Amino acid sequence: MKNIDSYTHTRGESVYLDDIPTLTGTLYGMVFGSPLAHGKIIHLDISEAMVSEGIVRILTYKDIPGKNQIGGIVPDEPLMAEDEVHYNGMPVAFVVATSVEAAAAAVKKIKIEIDPLPVITNPRVAKANGSLIVPPRTFKIGDINKAFAECKYVIEGTAETNGQEHLYIETQGAYALPAENGAIKVYSSTQGPTAVQRHMADVLGIPMHRIEVDVTRLGGGFGGKEDQATPWAIFCGLASFLLKKPVKYSLHRMEDMRMTGKRNPYTSDYKIGLDQHLNIIAYEVEFYQNAGASADLSPAVLERTLFHTTNSYFIPNVTATAYSCRTNLPPNTAFRGFGGPQGMFVIESAIAKAAEHLGISASVIQQKNLVKTGDEFPYGQIIESEAKVCWDKLHDLNDIKKLEIEIADFNKKNILYKKGISFMPICFGISFTKTPMNQARALVHIYTDGSINISTGAVEMGQGVNTKMIQVAASIFSISPDWIKLNSTNTYRIANTSPSAASATADLNGRAVQVACEALLERLKTIAAESLQCSVTDVEIKEEIIFINGQSADMSWKDLVMAGYLKRISLSEHGHYATPGLHFDMSKEKGHPFAYHVFGTALTSVTVDCLRGTYEVDAVQLVHDFGTSMNPMIDKGQIEGGLVQGIGWMTMEEIVFDEQGRLRSNALSTYKVPDIYSVPKNIDIHFLDTQNDNLAIFKSKAVGEPPLMYGIGTFFAIRNAIKAFNPDSNIEYAAPMTPEKVLLGLYNTKND
Amino acid sequence: MTQFILNNTEIKTSLPKGLTMLDFVRYHQHLMGTKIGCREGDCGACTMLVGTLEGEVVKYHSVTSCLMPLGNAHGKHIVTIEGINLEKLNIVQQAFSDNAATQCGFCTPGFIMSLTGFCLDDKIPTNENAIDAVNGNICRCTGYKSIEKAAVSVSYQLQERAHANPIEFAVKNNIVPEYFLNIPSMLKNIQPVVYSGSEIKKVGGGTDLYVQQHDTITHEKIDFLLNQSQLKGIQQNGNICTMGGATTVSEISDSPVFNEYFKDLNKYIKLVSSTPIRNMATVAGNFTNASPIGDLTILFLALDAQLQLNDGNSTRNIPLRSFYKGYKQLNKNEKEIIEKISFELPSASDLFNFEKVCKRTHLDIASVNSALSIKMNGAVIEKAGISAGGVGPIPMYLSKSSEFLFEKTVSEKLIFELIEVVQSEISPISDARGTVKYKRLLLSQLIKAHFIQSFSHIDVNKLLKN
Repeated sequence: MKNIDSYTHTRGESVYLDDIPTLTGTLYGMVFGSPLAHGKIIHLDISEAMVSEGIVRILTYKDIPGKNQIGGIVPDEPLMAEDEVHYNGMPVAFVVATSVEAAAAAVKKIKIEIDPLPVITNPRVAKANGSLIVPPRTFKIGDINKAFAECKYVIEGTAETNGQEHLYIETQGAYALPAENGAIKVYSSTQGPTAVQRHMADVLGIPMHRIEVDVTRLGGGFGGKEDQATPWAIFCGLASFLLKKPVKYSLHRMEDMRMTGKRNPYTSDYKIGLDQHLNIIAYEVEFYQNAGASADLSPAVLERTLFHTTNSYFIPNVTATAYSCRTNLPPNTAFRGFGGPQGMFVIESAIAKAAEHLGISASVIQQKNLVKTGDEFPYGQIIESEAKVCWDKLHDLNDIKKLEIEIADFNKKNILYKKGISFMPICFGISFTKTPMNQARALVHIYTDGSINISTGAVEMGQGVNTKMIQVAASIFSISPDWIKLNSTNTYRIANTSPSAASATADLNGRAVQVACEALLERLKTIAAESLQCSVTDVEIKEEIIFINGQSADMSWKDLVMAGYLKRISLSEHGHYATPGLHFDMSKEKGHPFAYHVFGTALTSVTVDCLRGTYEVDAVQLVHDFGTSMNPMIDKGQIEGGLVQGIGWMTMEEIVFDEQGRLRSNALSTYKVPDIYSVPKNIDIHFLDTQNDNLAIFKSKAVGEPPLMYGIGTFFAIRNAIKAFNPDSNIEYAAPMTPEKVLLGLYNTKND
Repeated sequence: MTQFILNNTEIKTSLPKGLTMLDFVRYHQHLMGTKIGCREGDCGACTMLVGTLEGEVVKYHSVTSCLMPLGNAHGKHIVTIEGINLEKLNIVQQAFSDNAATQCGFCTPGFIMSLTGFCLDDKIPTNENAIDAVNGNICRCTGYKSIEKAAVSVSYQLQERAHANPIEFAVKNNIVPEYFLNIPSMLKNIQPVVYSGSEIKKVGGGTDLYVQQHDTITHEKIDFLLNQSQLKGIQQNGNICTMGGATTVSEISDSPVFNEYFKDLNKYIKLVSSTPIRNMATVAGNFTNASPIGDLTILFLALDAQLQLNDGNSTRNIPLRSFYKGYKQLNKNEKEIIEKISFELPSASDLFNFEKVCKRTHLDIASVNSALSIKMNGAVIEKAGISAGGVGPIPMYLSKSSEFLFEKTVSEKLIFELIEVVQSEISPISDARGTVKYKRLLLSQLIKAHFIQSFSHIDVNKLLKN
């Protein structure tokens, strides 16, 4: 089934935040952000701005009726700065004017005097200063000290990954309308409507039931609108609440890039130990996460790094410690993979370095150590593994030996160009690691004409979740999807939602839709049985016709619904689902946090231009564990998009902050994401269809985040090509692999 | 008063001519299908089509409307996504829908417009041309493979067009509505505007000014140069090529003269911004913006182009090589515009090459770019011009390096000696596009690349293993 939005998308008729028709009298807001990354506010002068044309009001923290606090995990983030600023761009005031132009002109007239304090951008410096967001966490299995003593090979090193700008093409924004009795309706481009509702309630000092958050769809999210959509919605809500006027704020791209957090950069130290058979028997790692100025989601990101410390490998002795370091950058946040990719890059670097030390291909070590069903991960969960099946299927599809010979041959014959390949196995746990978040609800109404309206907590942001919700209902009722409409996500219809995140949205909300539809179906079958005088178990609906014991009864879907109404049964149902079997004990750092894992392996081949230091990804072939995909077209799109986003993170996407904490890559002209020419020439996706029962919706495994990590393979393939040109290259394990790093890597020497 | 046709409607507006077309259609016409992604021409979400009457036919090209001033719309047919929608999806829309080439959908209208523009163009419908049509559109969701498939499907469906008129074909095949056939006669009724030439602010294509000054330029008094007929056209006189200052990059790329004399022209042009930007960006604009990494500036510096400046009363000629006095400082007064650019076309035995490296190969600003032009006399270099961008405060003509090559024979040794001279002439700084160390190394590599591209006898092994 095609994405249900494809008709309106291709006609420009889909409605995003900035497309909502504005009401007469709408005012426009804009944030005044701190010009410095750290300091004490001496004086804020809004006098000149206040007399600026079209200005209505300038809000500061003093105008907040409730709490000046929007921190989700840790209450450490004010909506607006009070006496200190902690990052460049931190909101200090909110200007409200009659037009966007007037607001922008007034923002320029605000003056602030700040007594500067030292700026820290490096997480290791923050750690040394004892500046941590939360206490460090350690995941442990076995005894590394004993194991390292038994290792034949022990390799140590450092690995680094930079941040990543989400670059959803639709920037952040919100539009708030005052409602009667002191209530607020806010349209928000958010992945987490409940987070907006909860924090707005705190800031306004009113109960959650007065705040209606409505989300039609997002022009991309990727984690960047999970927690970070909240402030803009609250700014509009606050202004609207105080002024009793509609207030809108749709951020300019440069405001968005400057003021919002990105994927957490990491720098990590590792030590890996192998026995003589190349089994990895010990792994010790310390992760330094650059959290930015406040917690945001960083502690949860940190946790997922620990969960994915060993990627797709079984290592019996592991000690992994992670530090969430407070720096003077915008609060970093969720981004597809949520700390998992950062952890996986380190183990892959460790394996690559070990392989280099041993003079073998990294794939030998990778293959040897793939996790098997029944193995235990450091956090205690016993694994049902598809790692080896994926790896083997990829090898069945290719003659790897031959490929390696061809590449060696090409590299021998060519000096201007060198080729490199790499394998990237992945293993990604599905569920929110915070167990209570693994719940969802769906509201299903059947109208007397047989048409159906469904509301869930899922936010559509391009991942096709609404299409999947319709598929669930259509399949359970056995009716055409044309009967079913998906509503916007709204906190008045569905309460206490978890954000659309963690790849779990279709699973959780799909299961809730399933629960609701099955209850309705049962009720309708009872009606059919009564009216056709048979037993409920004899009734079946097939393609909108009611069948009794396989025989078509003279009753359509529409007839049945009307019969139900006349019999006064409820044609509405509110389904609730909570993933069974999940638990995790933080005091022991052990448990069963994931409903299941997703596996896969990618083979990446690249060509490096050794004259210019540029490169092309020739092909990525991968075998991915879809379970039983309920929508191969949508799921394939997620794989391709995730892969390319991962390649971007590993190659051209370079976030540059200067030492003063100013973002230098603050626009699309200085921050480059993949374009149509820079993606792999071939992406070849093979479905690993497994019939094993799992907790996914219709056994169709979650597909949002895992493919991003295939992109990590590109880093290592380029590195291998560089090494083919310059075996002595001292190129570091530091992503992204920009053309600058490649060229310097091609021509540096060990003495550099 | 600005007058044009927006989709099927005649527009007469007295709104400020400096307003962007993007803001005009979204916030004044309430046509919300055109999206805002970056406001600097780097994402293509705001792509629309501009139709220009050429004789009896209207030629369409795509533009990023965030960089297009209302003033440049005068006398044009402006097409937004609302203006192509029929009851059923057209072949482009259908191909996107069939191939799952739309996920969040926010970039989609831009892609649809770029490819619909391709359907209205008389370019041969090859797969490569179809993909080039969307090279200014960024998608963050799909990874582009599904979009490639959609583009290829569109080009396949255009095969049957053969030599038919693209607009008539598009109307007949429900790619665009029937009203497109009435546009030529509607456009004929609009009188051209002659600008006074007295305003201080002058805008060509706007592709750089609207990035730098988007929030202040709207209400300025502007002379719009892009469509001034005396600033258009590419002519050849003997071995001299002369073009108007408002010649766009696309016009160069389509020019028979340029294509005849520069065999790798398309390779160079493909490295310069993107299709919709090239459709607006002018040569004179690139020169006067004085960016130290202006691609066309670097290209024409090596060719020793001559500029004819006009202040409204008189003209004077200066070489491009003496146009730059310092960072963003020009040898030009406020009233002067670049009216004409001329240069000597390379002869068959002359050599020319342009190189550019950036973080992303396409639609990016160079870390370093460079061009080399060489006139040979047998085995000896008679005359050479080397230019380089991103290695100093201005787009640099490397005069010592160029002179160094005089009467030299090309060898690996010579190239290494040349590189030393080049290094002595440049003064790069570290910025978001690279460190000093990188830019120096990169320029050396690009110098090598020039010779590898131009001289087959060069031993690449000797050049690469230094």
